[in-house]
Amino acid sequence: MQNPAAKKQVAIKNVTLTFNKGKKNENKALDNVSFDIYEGETFGLVGESGSGKTTLGRSVLKLYEPDSGSITFDGQEITRMKRKELGDFRRKAQMIFQDPQASLNGRLTVSNILGEGLDEAGYPKDKEKRRKKILELLEMVGLNEDHASRYPHEFSGGQKQRIGIARALAVKPKFVIADEPISALDVSVQAQVVNLLAQLQKDHGLTYLFIAHDLAMVKYLSDRIGVLHWGKLVEIGTADQVYHHALHPYTKSLLSAVPEPDPVKEKAHHVTSYDPSFEKDGQDRQMVEVESGHFVLATPSEAEKYKEKQNEWQ
Amino acid sequence: MQAPILQVKNLSVSFQTYAGVVQAIRGVDFDLKKGETLAIVGESGSGKSVTTKTLLGLNAPNASVKKESQILLGQDNLASYMEKDWDQVRGAKIAMVFQDPMTSLDPTMTIGKQIAEPMEKHLGMSSKESEKAALTLMKDVGIPDAEKHINDYPHQWSGGMRQRAVIAIALAAEPDILIADEPTTALDVTIQAQIINVIKAQQKKRDMSVIFITHDLGVVANVADRVAVMYAGKIVEKGTVNEIFYNPKHPYTWGLLSSMPTTSTALGSLHAIPGTPPDLLYPPKGDAFANRNDYALDIDHEKQPPFFKVSDTHEAATWLLDERAPKVEPPMEIQKRQAYWRENFVKEG
Repeated sequence: MQNPAAKKQVAIKNVTLTFNKGKKNENKALDNVSFDIYEGETFGLVGESGSGKTTLGRSVLKLYEPDSGSITFDGQEITRMKRKELGDFRRKAQMIFQDPQASLNGRLTVSNILGEGLDEAGYPKDKEKRRKKILELLEMVGLNEDHASRYPHEFSGGQKQRIGIARALAVKPKFVIADEPISALDVSVQAQVVNLLAQLQKDHGLTYLFIAHDLAMVKYLSDRIGVLHWGKLVEIGTADQVYHHALHPYTKSLLSAVPEPDPVKEKAHHVTSYDPSFEKDGQDRQMVEVESGHFVLATPSEAEKYKEKQNEWQ
Repeated sequence: MQAPILQVKNLSVSFQTYAGVVQAIRGVDFDLKKGETLAIVGESGSGKSVTTKTLLGLNAPNASVKKESQILLGQDNLASYMEKDWDQVRGAKIAMVFQDPMTSLDPTMTIGKQIAEPMEKHLGMSSKESEKAALTLMKDVGIPDAEKHINDYPHQWSGGMRQRAVIAIALAAEPDILIADEPTTALDVTIQAQIINVIKAQQKKRDMSVIFITHDLGVVANVADRVAVMYAGKIVEKGTVNEIFYNPKHPYTWGLLSSMPTTSTALGSLHAIPGTPPDLLYPPKGDAFANRNDYALDIDHEKQPPFFKVSDTHEAATWLLDERAPKVEPPMEIQKRQAYWRENFVKEG
């Protein structure tokens, strides 16, 4: 659990974002979403396809403009940043993408790819210094000097993702959004990349927003987790609160669907189905804190029920 | 013991590419019994998809199946089939469900027609009969309001519903064997659970055999009766689902089981398999996993291990099972599983 005195790195408040506004295919991708990400923690975002998790990640990097609400980074409102501040912000906040092939320039060598990052960070042009720095970055992600002069297509998927991570780290960011960073990788390589992310966080005090549909991976890496459903956050809590004491029916249903590598458990496995109709009963639902740090989207009467449930567990 | 309905013996498949010959499958043996589910697990490039495509003669033109390979379906050896022979197998005896439901459906044909087509072709139904049967099948696989949607086109449906349609098409000609190649990988977990249930229910109803290809061990634990673990074009371990999950013997199986977190894995305890799979243009001399294997013995780099028998249903290709091999301690995660095995599956005395 995060230290209560920890500083807020990112604060997202009442963010709503609509695509195709005013058109027939209008789509409210984010609906009144609020949460904070504290310095040094990993905030995991889970949800099914179309839930808005990628949209949310991109909004935090100012790649999308929300209709309303505020997103602050280190206390600064990102929607109102001027050119210079924005440049600064773009260095401090980096992204690791799902498809490492598509996110690396195929015409540049690894050393040039990382060099671009160093330019961006205003690193000195001195050749020898640069070579050392690039080597340092490569070693940080488990690659070596031999790799510097090669092109992206010469690498395996896992190695490409390592280059993507090194590129993100070249500008010395404080905050990294990893959007499905392992879903394109072989299973035996996924754990390598996840362990690398955890190690880098420890060494450099990074803050992560980790977005993935692999619920077990998100649980493994995250301190706190938010569950998105149809653009709304329905539950936020520590990884244990959300996974072992889930309260919102959607969270429960989502988690019950995760198959575990345990045949005896699986043969008796029961998936709880979710009936979304209750969400559309017209009642107003707010995020309610049912125990310290554990929030659920609920009406006042539902909140009472959740609190009772919570007390039973304790 | 019941005779298997499908026997694969010494299957080897290679691909001629501009860079050389890729030996995608290097001698695979397995059988499939009536009504059971065999899961084939492995990562991309391990040969699991090529294996199943070979069972349907669906490999690219640059593929060649080695002469001594046998795929016995009843009396017939599918490995020697010519293109014209396959018609009576595909869909009729063995049918397949692919990963991506959008690319396996015809966008220009109604879903009802696509389900009816194999019934007319293989079961000799008239178009009236097949339409009726298609409707029943749509209901069977859980498509709501089937009457209303029988004339829909694939693009009008969600991914989960499309995958139900693909399953209905696969079942249409009443095959004996259903091959499901990563059928839920493109779907969300809640939809995945539904699709797995549809496949299981239909399997039970039809007493059909299923080959389930996946890299997700959670899914395997759920669906499989028996499991074959593939690595670099070979099966390295096979056994019942309980044997593979609670008493695994091959270090690659150990690695797979300890590199995937469950919702209760503590941070820092995830064990990654180092390195990457070998290039099958130049398959290694000994055990293909040796370079990534913390438990590799000297002989692993020199000589391909044979299968060692663990039980009547369980065998693994690792030199660690040779009586001369040193005793090793498997990773923590595996020791826990083995303790569970001893408590629950090993009879006293």
